[in-house]
Amino acid sequence: MKAAAQARTAPPAPADQGGAPARRHTPETATPDAEIPAVATGLRATARLRATHNGRTTTVPLLHSDGPFHLRRLRPQGERARVCVLGAMSAPLGGDELELDITAEAQARLEVTTAAATIALRGATPDPATYDVRLTVGEDASLNWLPQPLISTHGSSLHQTYRVDLARTSHVLLREEQLLGRTAEPPGHLSTRLTVTRAGRTILDQQTVYGPRGPAWDGPAVLGGHRATGQLLLVTPGSKARPAPVLLGDRLHGYCVLAPLAEATALLATAVAPTLAGLRRLLSTALTHAVGTKQSV
Amino acid sequence: MSRTALLVLADGRFPAGGHAHSGGMEAAVASGTVHDPASLEAFCRGRLHTAGLTAAGLAAAAATGHDPLALDDAADARTPAPALRHVARRLGRQLLRAARATWPCADLDHLAHHRPGGMHQPVVLGVVARAAGLPPPEAAHAAAFDSVSGPATAAVRLLSLDPFDATAVLARLAGECDAVAATAAEAAERVASDGVAALPAVSAPLLDITAEQHAALAVRLFAS
Repeated sequence: MKAAAQARTAPPAPADQGGAPARRHTPETATPDAEIPAVATGLRATARLRATHNGRTTTVPLLHSDGPFHLRRLRPQGERARVCVLGAMSAPLGGDELELDITAEAQARLEVTTAAATIALRGATPDPATYDVRLTVGEDASLNWLPQPLISTHGSSLHQTYRVDLARTSHVLLREEQLLGRTAEPPGHLSTRLTVTRAGRTILDQQTVYGPRGPAWDGPAVLGGHRATGQLLLVTPGSKARPAPVLLGDRLHGYCVLAPLAEATALLATAVAPTLAGLRRLLSTALTHAVGTKQSV
Repeated sequence: MSRTALLVLADGRFPAGGHAHSGGMEAAVASGTVHDPASLEAFCRGRLHTAGLTAAGLAAAAATGHDPLALDDAADARTPAPALRHVARRLGRQLLRAARATWPCADLDHLAHHRPGGMHQPVVLGVVARAAGLPPPEAAHAAAFDSVSGPATAAVRLLSLDPFDATAVLARLAGECDAVAATAAEAAERVASDGVAALPAVSAPLLDITAEQHAALAVRLFAS
């Protein structure tokens, strides 16, 4: 990965890109041909993606890349359409306002992944960056959101939100992983809020605050020295069973708990681990248990 | 308001059954992560700024007079661990029982009627504070202090820690406790315009994880 000072020259505009993003160059990284005023403000970008079911299969009629998000169709897996978010430039940097808006309309089957880890870097301004992901899932639709981890680097400041709106019969599988600091580096400030509604009712509302502005964030009540943390949410309507919590892991490899939310159609795995690899193993094992319990994804 | 009512409510001897719970401390001691006054302080500070802030927001909103049933749902959404939902409802039921005898009023009867299985403790705490004539910031204060006083007291028993050291930890957290209560009360003021989403929802992964691990133990000193 390159440092924050790397010039964020935009790649050639992807063919399916709707409008050119408001490109920003910081004073010290501005390229000579920059026609945009050299102001150290953040980048604003909103990428959109909408999948729909045409009666036979899932299609993706809207694929709007923007700023650092380059959306690319992947080969479908069975009846599930797949899209990959490629990082077209280093983001988020301080001051950036990024939005990713993903909709799976009624009966659509969609999986969205990212090609590489999202790395929060300091950037040219001390302002925090925002990264808002909106996932909307229609009736009988199924969405898997399985991005690569988010890495908070020293000096960065990022506020990430997830807003997940589900219909009563929506299926969703969501995984999010965070690494607090690269090797031998303290993290930046990372705050997140995850809000999940089902048929208009909030079933999960959760904030985390890590890094220099999260008091005792690495203490024994919060992360206990673990540098990787993540969650996996699986919502499968129709399942009335309330499975017993599953406890995974040990002192060396980290811990994970898989348990139902108050809304029993939703299972949530929460994990902490010393490394991203360990975290992924715990969450993968939790997913195997969850799918075994719910018999569907 | 009567300031003494706050002292009665926040007193560890108030008969609401809190002494049987360690607020995650027993699990932290068992795993070795809390072993001395410094690690106790880190634990309490982390709990205060996460679960404590969330509880204080719910308590302040309930003390303002917002619908306790909606706040109970908001508490459910903020408590992903089933063991912690169970504990919060049990503590809520016990607090309600003691409070109905202490400050009898229709609001408290209403809670008992609508949630016979118990309501999340911070919501009950807010309604009780209101019944005792305490304003929302005082309810937030009681909840914030409760989030650290329980674990600190439990640590004395679990680690045979010097009670002077544990009390010194609480004294050192006093300023942060005030700040958390103020933040929570401020958020509760926004509930009228922005709904319960305005309330803090800060969580701590290890508190959720260790609560489930602790609940699965066959032998334990504290209920949570």
